[in-house]
Amino acid sequence: MSPEPMWRTHELKDSYDVVVIGGGVHGLATAYYLARLGITDVAVLEAKYVGFGGSGRNTAIVRSNYRTPEGIAFYDLSVKLYEQLAAELEFNVMFSQHGHLTLAHNERGVSGLVERANMNQWLEVDSRVIFPEEIQELVPELNLFGHCRFPILAALYHPPGGIIRHDAVVWAYARGVDRRGGQVHQQTEVTGIEVRGGAVEAVVTNRGRVKTRVVVNATAGYASTISRMAGVPLPIETHPLQACVTEPLKPFLNAVIVSSTLHVYVSQTDRGELVLGAEMDDYASYSLRGTLGFLEGAALHLLELFPCLANVHVLRQWAGLCDMTPDYSPIMGAAPELRGLYMTVGWGTYGFKAGPASGFLMAELIATGKTPPRLEPFALTRFAADRLVGEKAAASVSH
Amino acid sequence: MSFQIECPECGCRPVGEFHFGGAVRERPEPAAGDHVWAEYVYTRPNIAGVQREWWFHRAACKQWFIASRDTRSNVMQPAQTPDSQEARG
Repeated sequence: MSPEPMWRTHELKDSYDVVVIGGGVHGLATAYYLARLGITDVAVLEAKYVGFGGSGRNTAIVRSNYRTPEGIAFYDLSVKLYEQLAAELEFNVMFSQHGHLTLAHNERGVSGLVERANMNQWLEVDSRVIFPEEIQELVPELNLFGHCRFPILAALYHPPGGIIRHDAVVWAYARGVDRRGGQVHQQTEVTGIEVRGGAVEAVVTNRGRVKTRVVVNATAGYASTISRMAGVPLPIETHPLQACVTEPLKPFLNAVIVSSTLHVYVSQTDRGELVLGAEMDDYASYSLRGTLGFLEGAALHLLELFPCLANVHVLRQWAGLCDMTPDYSPIMGAAPELRGLYMTVGWGTYGFKAGPASGFLMAELIATGKTPPRLEPFALTRFAADRLVGEKAAASVSH
Repeated sequence: MSFQIECPECGCRPVGEFHFGGAVRERPEPAAGDHVWAEYVYTRPNIAGVQREWWFHRAACKQWFIASRDTRSNVMQPAQTPDSQEARG
């Protein structure tokens, strides 16, 4: 007897109350929380398969130690929802909150960490600056006192940060959508959005036309392409970000280690593999092919931090697409001049950790028609209004 | 993915020698108004397909030039030196 599928397949109906484009954590969480609010005639349309895009390619780090009050409050909600997610969805998402360390290698870096720690503490997010003696207690393998080009002066210690099993999160949300009456459609690519009289009327897919008055763009990588179908240009440029994973080692690394000076971040999974990521590629591209240059850079920088890993083998590498906005914050909310178009896009390099909060608040917005206060700062209109939410200092290479 | 770019001055070189300058766009007139300017400053074409782009050969000849690239495959077409109209952009 074959195991029960996580979610069912359906014929695509010719109309839904809500169509969510993108079967990643943002789209699935939006559909799940909509269903919890009683809106169940919802289709999630995924061009490939659930978790094909950023939700299956990120480095699975969850944290809330951002820089701006808007960002901190938002990501803090997400961490709290993640803490409850296994119980909420009755599925083990393997959330390990074993701490997150952002390293500083120069005085400017240290003052940046102090600023973040102050903002975090003001908003009751557990976060503080620690110095090499205390760092050594947490991560004895880190090269703190030996010879190195970029000595570690301090770290921002964020105990609730950690890693999660990203596949489990999207599978569990997809199952939750299915159980509550929504539909998940894989291999269903949106090729057009029909607009009439200033309102969304339908989406066109490779499986036919679907009438709907509410479309949620929850895509990454192709957010600009989807939004342009409805005539809404976005302040987004898509860049690849590469990551790799090593052979499994005995558990030795509890905390997530991030260094923006060295363009590297690393964590150890429950299987013992080290997952490494880097800064995104500096040219825009939709290509998912990895480069040797990334591997060389990531290895060089990792060995600055952990010389003991010199003989460890890399198992595989991959790339994901990051939709970068000018202020390194996402765009969430209703489209300003088109009724029925909603978006949770521009998730750059920080989307996975935000999925639950994004879905929770987007669902509230769609169900009530009112923008929840925590979403307001992230509106598309903030750019023309010069009200940016600058998170580059806390988001760039700090996952 | 790694690829090579044909610089009009120096020939084929690895992409790491170049700085990406974004898609070629038309700059609005100074009096075009806040809305048009905000659009120009912030929004990006971000084409998934063939896009005309600025590139700067920072590691060698320090020249800006324009080339078309398929952003899905990074396959590039021959570069051109910009004309004076585009150089304003």
